[in-house]
Amino acid sequence: MNYFYPVNLIVFGFLLTALLGLISSWVDRKVTAMVQYRVGPPLLQPLVDIVKLLGKETLVPAGASRGAFLLAPLVGLAGVVASSTVLWGNLLRPSTSFAGDWIVILYLLTVPSLGIILGGFASRNPLASLGASREMKLVLSYELPFVLAMLVPVIRSGGSIRLGDILSSQFANGANAGSLSGIIALVVAVLCIQAKLALVPFDAPEAETEIVSGPLIEYSGAALAVYRLAKNMLLFVLPFFLGIMFLGGFRLHGIEILWSVLKFVGVLALITVIRNTNPRVRIDQATRFFWGPVAILGAAAVVLALLGL
Amino acid sequence: MSMTLKALLKSPWVFHLSTGSCNNCDIEVLDCLTPRFDVERFGILLAGSIRHSDVLLVTGSCNRMSVERLKKLYDQVPKPCLVVGIGTCAGSRGVFIDSYNCPVPLDHIIPVDVYIPGCPPKPEAIIAGVVKLIQKVGNG
Repeated sequence: MNYFYPVNLIVFGFLLTALLGLISSWVDRKVTAMVQYRVGPPLLQPLVDIVKLLGKETLVPAGASRGAFLLAPLVGLAGVVASSTVLWGNLLRPSTSFAGDWIVILYLLTVPSLGIILGGFASRNPLASLGASREMKLVLSYELPFVLAMLVPVIRSGGSIRLGDILSSQFANGANAGSLSGIIALVVAVLCIQAKLALVPFDAPEAETEIVSGPLIEYSGAALAVYRLAKNMLLFVLPFFLGIMFLGGFRLHGIEILWSVLKFVGVLALITVIRNTNPRVRIDQATRFFWGPVAILGAAAVVLALLGL
Repeated sequence: MSMTLKALLKSPWVFHLSTGSCNNCDIEVLDCLTPRFDVERFGILLAGSIRHSDVLLVTGSCNRMSVERLKKLYDQVPKPCLVVGIGTCAGSRGVFIDSYNCPVPLDHIIPVDVYIPGCPPKPEAIIAGVVKLIQKVGNG
């Protein structure tokens, strides 16, 4: 019996990712506060928010689909936990990397969005439905450039769709972001994860000022806590995935720990600064942006990678 | 004090509810959320949806049209929740006390935990009021 998988799932996939996700959420809020010249929340604030929500009443709106409404946050959380488990497995024991885990990750990272869409439609609220339909359009918009950007590391590592091979080719030849095609793909990927996290400028699904947090509008108590936890964990998992694909991965020994933390915080701070210095775009503008310039840029990066640049 | 209540006092998300105020109190409430006063230091966030909120900030004199909505919204807040009456109108109906349109004061409609007087109260007064509310609930 191999104990690595269950331990990885519970300790690294869930607990450590949740902890790091809460810290990422704090970094995000603190950087936002610094951009706006204010002090910002204390370190434990995201954790306190989750604990508070867990203790509150969970209301199910009248006429809502009860099962789907309460199940949707768990679907989202399960998607994040599964994807972070695969990533941690790669980092801690490279031998657990299997052929095609690249596809599995791309697939699992769509599940949190599906959870939000499910919850939004199940809650029988016009604003939630509107938000869920926008989320659906956003998923359709960013998936194409995201996959194109993620193809670049695959091509550069000789066409292997194993994360382990992508990592070892980066250890041998330097990080993917060091090449022309890599850096273009990184820019495309950062724009796509901005949309995946539903942050400004692509926060049309959750626009606070027009459709008051969209699909989450009817959620309260423990269900909302699970959603927030899943979102915070996603805020950790996506920069982590980007680090593995483009920035040479993370190594956990000696001085490398410092570099790993710096890489991660760098990507996170970049996302936060983008979200604080941009206005929200409409959903049609977002779709046009992703299918137009961003997809073309992603395709150009793929062509450059095929040419070996 | 229970864990839930302790956490609630450290992250009170406020919902802003105007029951026919002249908007001055609303502007002062929004002032508290600006970088100058930065109430996010204490975990206070403005919740857009009533389902996410812990503290109801009620402004205005509770006129006939808004009383029904006020009751409905109070029923929709996930409990435990706290209610703060902001401004003279919410406290005593102010100059509208003899009006046909403001039949009952706020605390006859829903239970109120703290009043913050002023027309409108300064942001400093609102923060002081919220601190007193936190102390009051914290001491049981």
